[in-house]
Formats: sequence, C-alpha cells, structure tokens
Amino acid sequence: MGSQTSRAESGAAAVVGEKVDSQLALRIFRLLVEIREAEQRAYDLFLQNLVKGTSHLSLGQEAVAAGCAAAMRPGDLSFCTYRGHAHTLARGVPVEKVLGELMGRDNGLMRGKGGSMHLTSVEHGVMGSYAIIGAHLPIACGAAWRAQYKGQSDVSVCFFGDGTTNIGAFHEALNFAAIWKLPVVFVCENNLYMEYTPIADMTAVKDPAAGRASAYGLEPIIVDGQDADAVYRVAKKAFDKARSGGGPSLIECLTYRYSGHSRADPAKYRPEGELERWKQRDPIKIYRARLLDSGVAESVIAQIETDVKQKLDKATEACKAAGPPADDLIWTDVYADGGWAWRN
Amino acid sequence: MDVLMPQLGETVDEGKVLVWYKKVGDQVEPGENLFEIETEKVSMEVPSTVAGTLQEIRVQVDETAPVGAVVAVIAEKGAQPAASAPAPTTEETPTSQAAAQRAAAPSASPAPAVASPAYVARKQEPFKEVFTPERNYGPAKVGGVETTPYARRLASEQGVNLSSLRGSGPNGRIVAKDIEAQRGKAAQSQIKALYEAGTYTEQPVDAMRRAIARRLTESKQTIPHFYLTIDLDVDALLAVREGRNSALPSQATAKLSVNDLIIKAWGMALHAVPRANAVWAEDSILQFNRSDVGVAIAVDGGLVTPVVRSADTKSVWDISRDVKDFAARARGKKLKAGDLQGGVSAISNLGMYGVREFSAIINPPQSTVLAVGAVQRRPVEKTDGGVRFATLMTVTLSCDHRVVDGALGAELLAALRDIVQQRAETLG
Amino acid sequence: MAELTYRDAVARGIAQEMSRDPDVVFLGEDIAKPGGAFKASVGLLDQFGPLRVRDTPISEQAILGAAMGAAMTGLKPIAEIMFSDFLAVCFDYFANEFSKSRYMTNGQVKCPLVVRTGNGAGSRFGAQHSQSVENWVMMIPGLKVVAPSSPADVVGLLAAAVRDPDPVVFFEHKSLYPTKGEVPDGEIIDKLGTAKILRPGKDATILALALMVPRAMAAADKLRQEHGIDCEVVDVRSLVPIDTQTILGSVSRTHRLFTVEENPRLCGWGAELVSIAAEELFYDLDGPPIRITTPHIPLPSAANLEDQVLPTVDRIVATVHRSLNS
Repeated sequence: MGSQTSRAESGAAAVVGEKVDSQLALRIFRLLVEIREAEQRAYDLFLQNLVKGTSHLSLGQEAVAAGCAAAMRPGDLSFCTYRGHAHTLARGVPVEKVLGELMGRDNGLMRGKGGSMHLTSVEHGVMGSYAIIGAHLPIACGAAWRAQYKGQSDVSVCFFGDGTTNIGAFHEALNFAAIWKLPVVFVCENNLYMEYTPIADMTAVKDPAAGRASAYGLEPIIVDGQDADAVYRVAKKAFDKARSGGGPSLIECLTYRYSGHSRADPAKYRPEGELERWKQRDPIKIYRARLLDSGVAESVIAQIETDVKQKLDKATEACKAAGPPADDLIWTDVYADGGWAWRN
Repeated sequence: MDVLMPQLGETVDEGKVLVWYKKVGDQVEPGENLFEIETEKVSMEVPSTVAGTLQEIRVQVDETAPVGAVVAVIAEKGAQPAASAPAPTTEETPTSQAAAQRAAAPSASPAPAVASPAYVARKQEPFKEVFTPERNYGPAKVGGVETTPYARRLASEQGVNLSSLRGSGPNGRIVAKDIEAQRGKAAQSQIKALYEAGTYTEQPVDAMRRAIARRLTESKQTIPHFYLTIDLDVDALLAVREGRNSALPSQATAKLSVNDLIIKAWGMALHAVPRANAVWAEDSILQFNRSDVGVAIAVDGGLVTPVVRSADTKSVWDISRDVKDFAARARGKKLKAGDLQGGVSAISNLGMYGVREFSAIINPPQSTVLAVGAVQRRPVEKTDGGVRFATLMTVTLSCDHRVVDGALGAELLAALRDIVQQRAETLG
Repeated sequence: MAELTYRDAVARGIAQEMSRDPDVVFLGEDIAKPGGAFKASVGLLDQFGPLRVRDTPISEQAILGAAMGAAMTGLKPIAEIMFSDFLAVCFDYFANEFSKSRYMTNGQVKCPLVVRTGNGAGSRFGAQHSQSVENWVMMIPGLKVVAPSSPADVVGLLAAAVRDPDPVVFFEHKSLYPTKGEVPDGEIIDKLGTAKILRPGKDATILALALMVPRAMAAADKLRQEHGIDCEVVDVRSLVPIDTQTILGSVSRTHRLFTVEENPRLCGWGAELVSIAAEELFYDLDGPPIRITTPHIPLPSAANLEDQVLPTVDRIVATVHRSLNS
C-alpha cells in the first residue's frame, strides 16, 4: 500500500501533454468542490437520520469524477456504480435532485423510487448507477455498440472500483469490447479496498485493472487519481481514441476514499497513518494550489467555494421542505405503459 | 334480498335462532335488529343491512340452520318482491325437534336457476391483484358431509337444502350435479305435494319421454309459433289413392295410405315455395334444394319423427315404403340417430283417431309442421246457394315466424291445396 | 399459407421484424455464420449482414448486458441465450437489471429487448440442457414472458415481442423445432398477454404450454372417445401478462381445472394459475384443481427415462378421468 501512494505522489501516472485551459480548470475546480461539499453534506444528513438506508461516498475520490467529466462531451454516456453521487453531480445533475433522492423526497432525481445506489439522469447522459458489481460493464458495451452501429460519435464511459476487476462480467465486457472495437472507456477507481478487504490480497496481479489490460489486447494505463488534470488528460486521450474508431481503453486511477465503504462502515481495517498520508494528496488541496500557482486570484477561488456552499445550503433546505413521494408512485413505470398490470 | 345465517366464530358452522324481533310484513331499516342467534359459546343480534319489508321468515325461533343458509327474505324498498323461492308448504317444514336440530332450513321450492353471469376479469388494483369472492356460501363440511364450493353456491342460489342430499362425489362429497338433480327432485316433490298420497302411482320416465319433454319445451319457449288453418277438398286425392292401389296385384300388402300421398304433396308444395323450404340458422337462413319431411309416428310410450328424404322427388311408393319401414323400426326401437336428424318440415296426422283439427309443435331445427285432421263429410254451400256434402280434411300449419311469415305460410298452404285439389294425379 | 417448421418460423419472425425496422439487431452464440445451434436463424446473416446479425463469444452476461445497453440507447435488440438452462449464468440481468431499471429510474430508462432461448426437454440433452424454466422469469416483476406452441404463434408472438417496448423473454421449445404447422403468408403480428382456446369443451379446463399443448390436445381426444369426457384445452401462450379473462372464463364454465406443466412440481407456472383460480373462482370449482407436472427431480438423460417423467398423454388422460369420475 505504501508503494501505491508513493507511485501516485511521484506522478508516475502523469501524462505529459497539453496544459488544461484556464476556463476548464475553473470548471474542474468547481466540480471538485461541489462534489466534496455534497458528499460531506450527505454524510451530515445521514447522521441526522435524514438520509436513510445506505450511502457510498466518494470523499477523496473527487478528481476521477471531475477529470473524466471535464473530458466528456455533451451526448457522451456515463455508467457508474452505487458509489455514484460524484459521477452524477460531475455531469451537471442539480445537487438538489441528488440530495432529494438520497433523502427519499418527492423532488429527488427519481422521486425516491431508486435511491442512492441507482442515480440516473438520462437527460444528462447519466445512464444509471448500478448496485450489482460488474453488471454495468457489458451494459456500457451495449450502449457503445449502438453508437458504432448507428455511426454516432458518442463515447460510453464506465466507472467501477478495484473489486470489480475480479468478477466475471468485467472479463466478459473487456473481451467483448475489445473484439468488437467498441467506443467504450473503462475507468477503474482503485481506492485500495474492495469493500472491507485490501484489493492486493484478493487479486492475482499487482494492478487490478491495468494488470489485466494485456489479457484483452489493451495498453496498461495507470494515472494519479488525485490529480484531476492528469485524469483529464488520460481520459481525453482515451475518449478521442474511442470516438475515432480506435476501440476501448482500460484506465486505472489510483485514488483513496476517506470514509468507509458505506455509511455503515467506520473503516477500522485501515493501517495506522494511511488516511493521513492520503489526505496530504487531497485532490482539492492539489488543485487549489495549482490554480493559485497559475495566477488565479484567491478571491475567485473563494467565491467558487462560497457559491458552492450556498448552493448546497439552498438545496438542503429545499429537500427538507419537499414532501415524501406520492403513494401512487408505488404503481407507476413497471412497464412502458406506465402501469404494473400482469393480468387482464 | 336473502338474509343469511352469519358465521359467529371461526369453527362454527350453524346457529340457532333465539328471538325474532320482527314479524313478516314489518318494515325494517338498515341497522335495526331482525333476530338473535346463538352458537356454542356466544349469542349475537343480527341487524338488517337494507331497508324494506320482512317478506318471509324461514328459520323460526329455536330452529337451527347452517351458516350461510337463508334465514329470512326482505323485499327491498323500491325492488320487486323477492323473486326467490316462495314459502314452503307445511309438508316440508320439519315437525320434529330432532329434524330441526339436524340443521334444516326448510327446503325451499326451487327458485328459477340463477344463471351465473359469465366471468368478467377485472383490472388489478393496488394490493388487490386477485379478487376474493365477495361472499362465502357456508362451510365445506356440514354434518360430516363435504360439499364442493360450486355445489355450495348452487345450493344457496337455488334454495336447495344441502343436508337433505347424498353426494355422488368422492367420499360422498356433494358435487354440482347432485344439486342439479335435487332441483329436479324438488320440483317433483313440490308437485307431488299438491296431490293426495294414494291417489296416484308414480310412473318412471324413460329417455325418450325425457327427450320429448326437453325438446318440445325448448321448441315452445324459443320458436315463435303461429298457426294457419285451411280445409282441403280431398275427393280427387282419395280417387287417386283408390286408383293406384287397385292397380296393384291383389295380394300386395304395400298399399298407399292417404298420408303417403299427403307427404308427397307436402314435399312438392315445399319445393314450389323455396323461401318456405328453409330453416333458421341463427345468423342466416338455410334454404334447401330438396325437401326432407319428417313423419310423426306414434310408438309405445311416445312419439318419434323420422325424416323422409327428398319427399319432393321421391315416388309415393318409395315414400310409402320408407314410412312403413320407419314405423316397424320405431316399434322395434331400431331407429338410428341419422333417421331423426334434419328435415325442413314434418307432418303429424291424427285423422285416424277422428281428430278434426289440431296444431302441432314444431320440431327444431325444422321451420314448420303440418297437422292433418280426419277426412270428414261436411256440408258446404253450393254456388247456387244450396247445400252439398264435400269430403274435407282440415290441416293446420304451425310456422316458425323467424323464417316463415304469415303470407309465406299462406302461400305454402295454397301450394298444397293446389296440388291436392287440382293436380292430385301428378302425385306419382 | 405455407407449411413451416417451428424453427423456420423463428427465422421468419426475426426476418420479418428486421426487414421492417433497421434498429432491430440480433446477437448470440453461433447465430450468424452457423445459423444457430438449432438452425433457427439460418439465412439471417446473408439477408441482413454482419453488422446486424452478430456472433458473440461464450459470454452470456455480456450478451444480455450489451442487449440492455443497446436497448437503453435506441436499438431493438434480439439476444439469444442458446439453452434456457443458461439463464442461470446471466440471471442478474433478468432479476436485477432490465426488469427493474424503468421502475428504479422513475420511467427514464427503457429496455425494449427480446431474449429468445431454447427451452424444454425431450431431446436427451440431460439435466443441464433440458429444463423448462419459464417460472424463473415469470416470478420477476417488470418482464413479459411468452412460450408459443406452433409455428404460426412463433412468428406472430415474436413480432409482438420485438415491437413491445418492454423486455420480453421468448421461450422456444427445443423439441418443437422440427414440428410443422400452417403459417399464413405476409406479415403476422400476434398479441402478447393472450391465451387461446384450442378446443372448446364443457367438462373440464386443461391449461397447457408449449410442448404440453399437443399432448393436452391428444389427451382431450382420447378422453372424449374413451370416456365421454369433453375437455376444453387452453394454450396459455403468455405467462406474463396472464390472460385471466380467457383462462378464468374457461374455468368458470367447466368448473374443473387441470394444468399440464413440463416444469418440475414446485412453483411451476401452473401453481400460480391454480392459486389465482382457487381464490377468485373458489365458488365455481366443483372439485380440486389438479396440476400434472414432471416430478421434482433433475431430468434423466436416457430416452426411456426422460420419456416417462414428462407428462405423457396417458398420464394426462388417467389423471383427468380419475378425477372426474371418482
């Protein structure tokens, strides 16, 4: 585990390439802050028993979501796991809708029908958050197949964790995408732990995703998942390749989650000092410093942070005021006709 | 509406009436107590759920009835007096305490069968994806005898007392056909009850009698009958018969009867009026290109009507032979189903009994039947105002108005008259 | 009118729909070049080309996942799972994914896909390649399930399935592939959710599905000739939605219910229909509803053993006769 952090720190994954343009950089920063604030807020609301059930937070993993989202075009499709709040927010879904869904309110993204693990906004290209490990990798292949078949230029981006690399559907999907040369990019967020167990103990090779790439004829790609710009560059390159008919890519982002696997997990299995070490490489800390370095005024940065906080406060109040979902939602949308009839 | 014995506990299957708070003829309002019942452990007042008049009480004080049995009938306000069973006669009311205790709601006379409406599926509702029947029809086992659910329902709808039945199902289970049989028996016992015992002997009813009862009841109930009568002058017809028979060798037994000639004439008449040579087939009318005519033949205990095919073109001799053969086989019970099937019309002749005139009942699926009376000498007016005697035969045509209207029936009879009176010699 | 085999009817149905709509695509193992393991898709590659008719690796999860992703984003995929026993290998997609995504996303996501699969016994393939598994998917809310018994029904119901905006599981019976039937010319579209009374009768209702349909019909003939029992035979055809109007309508007229199910005893499709009838038509039943099924055992391979365990015509006749006559 120590070697993981030092590899990331040394920037071994950094892609030498274009400088991220300043407008885009501000946008990325805003995304990072919004994700952080929203996830923190979700944490607090859970403690207040306003967010029920379970929640899988991305605190510490914001840069992967923000960097990839920045590289996506409108029309590109993203698929993520139950740890999907970050990916949903990064694609522009209003935070009020996300919090509303977590709180089971009528103003939620799916009006309370799906919950935290299934955030979906077709309008924004967020084609679902999937709670069964690995299920969405072949689904992303299918969406990419459609683009290929119809000659459309969108890319399907599929996010998953390190644990997913050991399940059957991962292997089926990688092989499938490779042989059909589908415009799909697989992004593995390696946060070192597969639920409560270190991934290294559970995987036959050192790099759970990149270590499997060659099995499918793909290049191993590892990137510092805490550096949003690094993620951005690597992602953009992979998306361009897919878009131009070059086929799929598999990207492994080295990252870390501050909280437990889910809200119910206090993560006592971490070794002493590991969390503190990773907090030194906090994505927002890194990006903030880089903005200041590149000449962005502190006031501009602070304004973004204030805006986001206000947005979150407003969203929280709106969600608290919103009522529960209407009872008749129980019976809607089982079938395409809007109903649930299984008999005549 | 029927007031039923309620279920006063989960394992209870009968209740005893303790008190009646109302009497027959009283007005009742919803919520007013009608009677009080008692089971092994508890007693309860039973209120009315409707407004109306208490029309009938079937379970009296101190009598017991099974759960679900009809205890009373209320004629609801604004509704017609309940069409269900009229009060039973005194013969039917159990007279002994023991009988009462054996849970007898007095057997009601059979209500007209409440035809169950055809099944209509309903759209599923939230938390109600399958629909439980709205009411129950009593316990599955009463007095040690099982009843199928369908039989229980039939018994309730038709007012049949389950405790009086023996079941024909497995383990003596009462099944639907036992209820249907009981309905018939109940009707029979109702009728017998109207007559003094000892004044009659009961004759069994065989399959032929049952078939006649069923078919002719159905005919009268479903076919709109009307009747046309004419008198035929049969001098010419009788002369033709005489002539044909006298041309036979003297030992010949195969002599023509008047009826043989009438069958031929009728066949020709039908053929001459094609629109009457037809039968009703629900969505269409079948118009035949030949005329098959049924001939009513009396047999021991009943009547059969075998069909002479192609009576319009067959020779009278062949017709005669057919009829004699049918009669012989009918008496020997050797007729086949095919002999009795089809036909567009039939002839029934009671002339040999001296019957002057009668109307017959149409045999479905045929559309007419010709009732032939006796040949009689009757006075008729002469053209110059005097009186003479003519040889007349009265025939009455019963018509199915769905196929044969009045004018068409009259046309058909006119064709017959024309053949019989003007062209008898063509009956060959 | 033409006489077609059940397997040719499959190809005809797929071709009919692919000709009509360029968004209909077809994927599965050995379906393109080889024309299908059961030769049910012969000629389709030639007619529609390799972009629309695609062979896949042995990756059932990928097949169904890809079908779902394509359906979510605008295509109308037909996915083949070669043997219905393999539904177990990719069951997540039936149980958790395309059956539920419309509901969970509050109507945002649609999955207009068809999964065709070879179901049933009688071909001596052994326990893992002979099962009747309609109940595995009938029990999952959000799916539609059909199982045709004749070539004409194959074409019509496949067309209806492809055009249906919901995910449909289409069970073809392997042992019915060589059977023949009359199929009208031209475009055929049937209706999901409809059963068919193949033989009207008044003494008992016999519900049957797929391979059990011809057996129920033969049994009904024998019951009539040998015992004077007049049975009404209903081809259930659609398990979800259930045509309760036809099925319960029949039972309300005959007052006796029998099911003939190829699946093993516990929790077969007939259990659900009997349960519905027992509740809704309790006071129309003149005797206990009876299910005639394969016993609750894995299927043996040897011909004489396999032939005995599935409901036979004789077993159906004996059961109905004994029940109606005791």
